[in-house]
Amino acid sequence: MKNTFLMRNPSVLIFLGVLALFTLSVTLLSEATGAALISTSFVKTLGKTLCLCLIAIAMDLVWGYCGILSLGHFAFFGLGGYMVGMWLMYERTRGIVETSLAQAQIPPTPQEVVDAIGTQIFGVVGSSDFPLVWAFADSLPIQLALVVLVPGLLALVFGWLAFRSRVTGVYLSILTQAMTLALSLYLFQNDSGLRGNNGLSGLQNLPGLDEVPQSVVSIWFFWVSALALGLGYVLAAWVVSGKFGSVIRGIRDDEQRVRFLGYSVEGYKLFIFVLTAMIAGVAGALYYPQAGIINPAEIAPIASIYLAVWVAIGGRGRLYGAVIGAALVSLVSTWFTGGQAPDVPLGFYTIKWVDWWQVLLGGSFVLVTLFAPKGIGGLFDLAQGIVAPRRHGQALGPGQGALQEKEAQE
Amino acid sequence: MNFIKATLAGALSLSLTAPAFAAEDTIKVGVLHSLSGTMAISETTLKDTMLMLIDEQNAKGGVLGKKLEAVVVDPASDWPLFAEKARELLTVQDVDVIFGCWTSVSRKSVLPVIEELNGLMFYPVQYEGEESSKNVFYTGAAPNQQAIPATDYFLEELGVEKFALLGTDYVYPRTTNNILESYLVSKGIAKDDIFVNYTPFGHSDWSKIVADVVALGADGKKVGVISTINGDANIGFYKELAAAGVSADDIPVVAFSVGEEELAGLDTSNLVGHLAAWNYFQSAESETNAEFVKAWKARMGDARVTNDPMEAHVIGFNMYVKAVEAAGTTDVDAVRAKMYGIEVPNLTGGTAKMLPNHHLTKPVLIGEIQADGQFDIISQTTEVPGDAWTDFLPESAVLKSDWESLGCGMYNTDTNTCVQIKSNY
Amino acid sequence: MRHFLSFLLALALLALPMGAAAGPVQDILQSHRALIEKSSRKTIQPAIDALANSGLPQAQTLLETWQAKDMWQRKSDGLFFLGRSAGNGAYDLIDFDTGDSVGQADKGDLDQLKPNSGIRALIGTALVQFQLSDPDPARRWDAVVAIERAPAADHLAPLRKAVTNEPDAALQAKKRRLERLLTIAFDPELSSRIVAINGFRTDLGVDVRATLNPLLSTQRRVFAGEPDKALNIAAVLKPGSEALSRDAAYDMLVSAGLAMPRVSPAEIRNTLAAHVADGAVGGVPLAQLNTDAARTRAYAALADAGKAPPSVTDADVDAALASHSFADVYDEPAKAVTDAAQEALRAIQLRVGLNQALDLGLDALSLASIYFLAAIGLAITFGVMGVINMAHGEFIMMGAYTGYVVQQIIPDYTLSIIVAIPMAFAVTFVAGVAMERLVIRWLYNRPLETLLATFGISIALQQIAKNIFGTQARPLTSPAWLDGAWVLNDVVGISYIRIAIFVLALIFLGVFLFIMKRTRLGLETRAVTQNPRMASSMGINKDRVNMLTFGLGSGIAGIAGVAIGLFAKVTSELGSDYIVQSFMTVVVGGVGNIWGTLAGAAMIGFLQKGIEWLNPSNTLAAQTYMIIFIIIFIQFRPRGIIALKGRAAGD
Repeated sequence: MKNTFLMRNPSVLIFLGVLALFTLSVTLLSEATGAALISTSFVKTLGKTLCLCLIAIAMDLVWGYCGILSLGHFAFFGLGGYMVGMWLMYERTRGIVETSLAQAQIPPTPQEVVDAIGTQIFGVVGSSDFPLVWAFADSLPIQLALVVLVPGLLALVFGWLAFRSRVTGVYLSILTQAMTLALSLYLFQNDSGLRGNNGLSGLQNLPGLDEVPQSVVSIWFFWVSALALGLGYVLAAWVVSGKFGSVIRGIRDDEQRVRFLGYSVEGYKLFIFVLTAMIAGVAGALYYPQAGIINPAEIAPIASIYLAVWVAIGGRGRLYGAVIGAALVSLVSTWFTGGQAPDVPLGFYTIKWVDWWQVLLGGSFVLVTLFAPKGIGGLFDLAQGIVAPRRHGQALGPGQGALQEKEAQE
Repeated sequence: MNFIKATLAGALSLSLTAPAFAAEDTIKVGVLHSLSGTMAISETTLKDTMLMLIDEQNAKGGVLGKKLEAVVVDPASDWPLFAEKARELLTVQDVDVIFGCWTSVSRKSVLPVIEELNGLMFYPVQYEGEESSKNVFYTGAAPNQQAIPATDYFLEELGVEKFALLGTDYVYPRTTNNILESYLVSKGIAKDDIFVNYTPFGHSDWSKIVADVVALGADGKKVGVISTINGDANIGFYKELAAAGVSADDIPVVAFSVGEEELAGLDTSNLVGHLAAWNYFQSAESETNAEFVKAWKARMGDARVTNDPMEAHVIGFNMYVKAVEAAGTTDVDAVRAKMYGIEVPNLTGGTAKMLPNHHLTKPVLIGEIQADGQFDIISQTTEVPGDAWTDFLPESAVLKSDWESLGCGMYNTDTNTCVQIKSNY
Repeated sequence: MRHFLSFLLALALLALPMGAAAGPVQDILQSHRALIEKSSRKTIQPAIDALANSGLPQAQTLLETWQAKDMWQRKSDGLFFLGRSAGNGAYDLIDFDTGDSVGQADKGDLDQLKPNSGIRALIGTALVQFQLSDPDPARRWDAVVAIERAPAADHLAPLRKAVTNEPDAALQAKKRRLERLLTIAFDPELSSRIVAINGFRTDLGVDVRATLNPLLSTQRRVFAGEPDKALNIAAVLKPGSEALSRDAAYDMLVSAGLAMPRVSPAEIRNTLAAHVADGAVGGVPLAQLNTDAARTRAYAALADAGKAPPSVTDADVDAALASHSFADVYDEPAKAVTDAAQEALRAIQLRVGLNQALDLGLDALSLASIYFLAAIGLAITFGVMGVINMAHGEFIMMGAYTGYVVQQIIPDYTLSIIVAIPMAFAVTFVAGVAMERLVIRWLYNRPLETLLATFGISIALQQIAKNIFGTQARPLTSPAWLDGAWVLNDVVGISYIRIAIFVLALIFLGVFLFIMKRTRLGLETRAVTQNPRMASSMGINKDRVNMLTFGLGSGIAGIAGVAIGLFAKVTSELGSDYIVQSFMTVVVGGVGNIWGTLAGAAMIGFLQKGIEWLNPSNTLAAQTYMIIFIIIFIQFRPRGIIALKGRAAGD
């Protein structure tokens, strides 16, 4: 079975090969395990980029294959990050608190330990009690399960409501955007119990591993991220191959017809929506320990729109396109905003890329949408000599079904 | 090379990138301020201030015979990016010191990195306190250097009996308002006489909130507003206040986040008499300030104004230069040891002294807004020592910070133990 | 007082260097020099009293000068003068006693006295006696305002005298009202107070409530046994009721010294720590002390041994509470007054409640009109043409910046607004047409890609605005006639700028309806929207119609930008603040129908204000819940409030 699957999708093997090669070379060049030609901060950037590639795959599944332009997938990404962040913060604080309380003469009661952890975590935002959402923060397995369960559940409820009432197209996009806006506004409140605007911080320090330097931790996370990306890619490729993939592509191209053919369109869409939300959650859970901090600004609507931008630039409807788009745009963006890009003196005005990068990004995005709807992935088609057949003549006529094309030929 | 020793076990690999550090004969100053995104509005000014200070110092011949070199990066108002850029500054660029951050959350993001790599950072903005990191010097005001004196001014000088604490919903207003609530209760103000409201960033629809504040006057007590509203939102707030005809004599408003820069965005003729509390105003009368304002305007244009965080950077920078000269090296631990007790003149005619808790002594100034967008300083205290852990919240009243003699930033005076060396959050 | 004053005066005369040609007022000033130089509201009163009660004719001028921050002190000899700026940083110094100039001095040689507003209020109160019958009506007005701010018993008599011979009608009404308020607070005659209170039953003024509420202030007191009948008791409280919890009641007893304090867990812990002996406390080994039960046991052992105060049991608390009673007691001894005040306040409160609802309604209406204004352009481009324009917010921003630029060129605010509105329309119209021609035209059959392409334009425009105008907010000032607010009473009021926005929204609604229903462009637009192929066949130039319609929608966004900039702020992020709300307004209302947009804006505006009213301390929560409500609403009405039906609905 697996063989046939890989045979039918040679790009999966190529992708896994490239990913393995990349992981190996970064490992060999990193500070912890190799020649120290790549700094720890860049390893972290690369690790984070892999996580972004993973969520881009999720986005490609839901948009490029299923035609649902979700502008809210960063909400799931963020939730995944919050779930793992809660455990990281709780455990690390517990270590500190227990060491500190052990110095006192009277041994602490369990309640005193919990109270002290609460004071440490929430003292800075003016509270000291544990909110309900932290109920399982002391258990790693539960929090890890929540990484997929919470985004999955949110996607299930939201998707069920939205698809059931046949909200489609741009309405759905705006609705998903509203969802992520509502979530980020909610988390911005201090009363939400997740430390409001400050979010969860210090996530790069793993509890109990204080002695392990960040250069090592960063490469661990890099490996895990690469593994997750590889698995995510295979999973996504498997989902879109075969009959299931045909159905969801059918939904993208004409939802009504698929429905009339007797498929439960809502069920398929819901499955894809929930699955991608879970993948996004996993990506977020790996991303934020590398970033070190998560706060509600991360899930503001703009982040999800950028996600769509990456996928569109990389090329929708092909998984490697999404990966290329996410990696390229986020890395180039880092390069431009990092002040490393050289200024361009024009005589009368000097273009500083810090100021003009966004303009460039916006402009190139318009150009890609207009002239290269297949994105960068289209280059591979070009290289392979695949030319999409021209199936319709809409440029001539005012709309579908017009006879102008025919008339023009006559 | 102490720098290497002091870092964690990862130093082994770090040292491989370190030779560049030893070979350089410039002192690298990292500038970590957002140049794009929402915070660029405030932070770009600080970047320009740093560049000006560095140029001036180089014109004087640099430090220890070396030129200073600014390394500017843009964390783009993206909090995780602050951590990434800080790591990049410390490990790739090998800077000797960082001047940076504005929001609390960006500082919290940078803290673990800077503590792990034993860097040195100067943080120039008034903040909520409850923190003292070994590797950060806080040159802005702690709550007891801004919020508490301003509240005292309301209580003593204006006779305010009922308080409206309006803030943007994030950690600085939240914590400051918490401290103020418990302070006001300790001063005999009933809990019912404290009205608290939080609004989102950039809020623009203030009519209901202003009406609520006016309605507070119904029980015959004098009402005062303490505003921790941040940034752009102030513009809508003050416009609504002016439209509602709220006079500073009836309901005074004291703001902690409104400075000369923010007032440049609105017409202040209807706001004359409302207050702001800072440690510096452009209108401060002293020779050093006159020089500084002149140099700033010459460099940036006549329309530009100076503000409090800029003064904090001036003080921080001068202190750093002095400490490096005293230590004879830029090694972080050596410089840090020389920082304690160091004194430099501030711009309001007094002296700023670095305390062992990494905070400064600062005078508290209260200014009334004038029609030209400047502040008329009507009250100036002597220098107040900054307190890292506020005395007005029960959990932090027992804590103190003393890096010089105790070597601990969070020391519990009840149990005489150090709660933690690294500040995790 | 007089003796004290003459004593001070004598002291001052002795202390002063006789060389200084000091007049009597200067002498008073000098005798209080230290107080005046380091002035504080808490300490300044003697100096003000000395001046006000000096009986000197100059005192009024001096106090007014001081209040206006025009009093300067010469550094060389410490004398005080009235300073008038003579330009170039120099000041003309005028002696208070003689009124003559004593020459000029440089600013560096002078100190300006800056009384804070607390002191200024005190000076204002002291000035009342001079100003209440001053020939200048402005000063009389000041005096009345000063009394309003700090009413005192001794103002009552002079105010009553000043009411009858007041020539200015408005001022007389103000004085009369103030006299009645002072009567309530300070008149010794019980009956006249009650008459005055009853006279205010229908008054909504904050000042009335501010006078009546203090009459009802209470103290919570503990009584051994029954409360004292002689007191004016507001309410007797039972411990354990909602008004007074058992814990709070017991704490009152403790602080009154009537009961033993309870021992908190922290105190138990500290006491135990203080009595550690041989690795155990009270017979309990240290290692076991990590549970509350063990600690209680150890503490009980210590208490039995007399080493710690005994802990208070629940039975002790019950007994203590049973033997005492608790009551809120009015500060005002006269029951008739408190009853009348309560009655009057109850009547007022009802009216206040109604008016607050009205005010909230006005706020909601205003918010709705702002949303409508922001969304109306979108209603055209998205609602009629079906084009998702994410750069719509940036068109609003461009309009606002156009207003700012015009204001830089034309300094007159009224004129500049009149110019700015058509300018903003022109700028954004051109931008909209350009965008339609260059980008959107090619994407009509790919709505999701329009969304993304226009988003690209949006981020580019935002950054360009930042590069041109900087990140700092820019002022866009409304003309003076839009300053201030329309005030119905002390509860209901709305600023003129909001009324103007409301009117503008109505005008736009009219313009939109006119264009769509009464003009050829409207007809063609509707034709193209409903059936582009058919419209083309009828000879309508589809491209031109689309272009003009898009330009119109964008142009209206530009005008909305001017209006929004006037009431809020002009920054490069102005647009993105409104874009999501605008889309939701259109979607909730129902796409393709201007009345739907109106309904959507009204619903969102009223809903948001309603939630804010329910939860006044957290505006952020209000926004969150509103969005969640919208999400749920759309589940049930996916096509919005006013849904198009039949063929027009398309798909």
